[in-house]
Amino acid sequence: MKKTTLFQVHERLGAKLIDFAGFMMPVQYSSIIAEHKAVRNSVGVFDVSHMGEVFIRGSKALDFVQYITVNDASKLTPGRVQYSAMCYPDGGIVDDLLVYKVSDEEFMLVVNASNKDKDYNWMKENNKFGVEIADESDEYSLLAVQGPDSQRTVEKLCDKKLEMEYYHFFKARCAGVDMIVSRTGYTGELGYELYFKGDEKVAEKVWTELFEAGKEFDIQPVGLGARDSLRLEMGFCLYGHDIDQTTNPLEAGLGWITKLNKNSDFIAKDVLLKVKAEGLKRKLVAMSSEEKAFPRQGYDITVDSKKVGCVTSGTVSPMLEKPIAMGYVDTEYSREGSQVNFLIRGKEIPAKLVKLPFIKK
Amino acid sequence: MNVPENLKYTKDHEWISVEGNVGTVGITDYAQGELGDVVFVDIDPGIAEVKSGESFGTIEAVKTVSDMYAPCSGKVIELNKKLADEPQVVNSDPYGEGWMVKIEVADPSELDGLLSSEDYKQLIGQAH
Repeated sequence: MKKTTLFQVHERLGAKLIDFAGFMMPVQYSSIIAEHKAVRNSVGVFDVSHMGEVFIRGSKALDFVQYITVNDASKLTPGRVQYSAMCYPDGGIVDDLLVYKVSDEEFMLVVNASNKDKDYNWMKENNKFGVEIADESDEYSLLAVQGPDSQRTVEKLCDKKLEMEYYHFFKARCAGVDMIVSRTGYTGELGYELYFKGDEKVAEKVWTELFEAGKEFDIQPVGLGARDSLRLEMGFCLYGHDIDQTTNPLEAGLGWITKLNKNSDFIAKDVLLKVKAEGLKRKLVAMSSEEKAFPRQGYDITVDSKKVGCVTSGTVSPMLEKPIAMGYVDTEYSREGSQVNFLIRGKEIPAKLVKLPFIKK
Repeated sequence: MNVPENLKYTKDHEWISVEGNVGTVGITDYAQGELGDVVFVDIDPGIAEVKSGESFGTIEAVKTVSDMYAPCSGKVIELNKKLADEPQVVNSDPYGEGWMVKIEVADPSELDGLLSSEDYKQLIGQAH
């Protein structure tokens, strides 16, 4: 089992640790609901060092990224980030990822920990451009500092002002450590992700200084449990739940990152063009319910006792205090406002299709 | 981890305390810790009877849902109404305010098959 550079810190804090993608990761420290609210109301810190960082280098770096991802990376300028996905030739999703343009000849691709080896192999198999593909995941620690007080917290440690737009990044020195500071996150809040190298000592120094800086905001450590409930309140897809190799980005509601008319060919382009022309058979939708029974991944979605879809993510929303879920339904039932049911332990529980995000910011 | 000595336990992490022929049932401190924040306790309000080893309801936590199994058979004489509005007491006071049901124990000999606090500690890896 792998451990992140902050494993000992989590143990000292009494975190509940679980095996996630081969890493011992904190799922919660105190309570998922309390940690969730800390991020919504003040500031929280996640150790997400398990995420993968793969660097693409060379004169054809852009050509490679354009070919292997569905978004249009030619729109990026150095210092900008883009949400994207990689697809198999049949349109199924290999992974969703963040594309960082460092320079014309260097990109950093940040991928899911659970898919990292698969992604790396996929990239190597499709490297018809002769670029350098370097998996540097083990060298990087990654902390996500998220919440309305995140800027005031991180700025205290940083040698630069954090006046950057969403999905921008720069290199800076924070807590005496060189890092990539990125205005990104998986929570829907103002937030930053800090990528840096170094051993446990370095990581603990950054962690300690962050908690010192955030003390006045009652900064909290946040585990993967709240990371999941936070992303679901925003309707962000999670690989292995809402998207996987059997779903294509169009039905997953990721048409906005799938640039079918970009200026270069990419894997699955022809299939996705066909899918678009023929129309979608099913769509990923958002649902909420007023009942006290909670939909979970794998539960059926029914209309008039007939199965019309399946829940892919579901929980109680800590902010709304009611059940929220995402799932695929047949297109004819995918209209916002439609009534459906969650089939929960044999009972049909009424729910309604709603607009994302579940919580309005 | 709190495992009171005066209670009996199941392998499925329920406890029962018996006074006369009335057994009070709940889930253990270990179970509430594993579940995390309890958000809903779902026991059919019309439930009249439970059977030893059978599910009598479910507990919804943020991350997961779990069945609760009856430690013994018997007539249900009371449900903890407080849980409807304050399910979080299952986390804060699993052996007290967080109790689930009261049962009229049908066959006291069924209780002999349950775990002692020492056995239960062993089960959850907390034995000294």
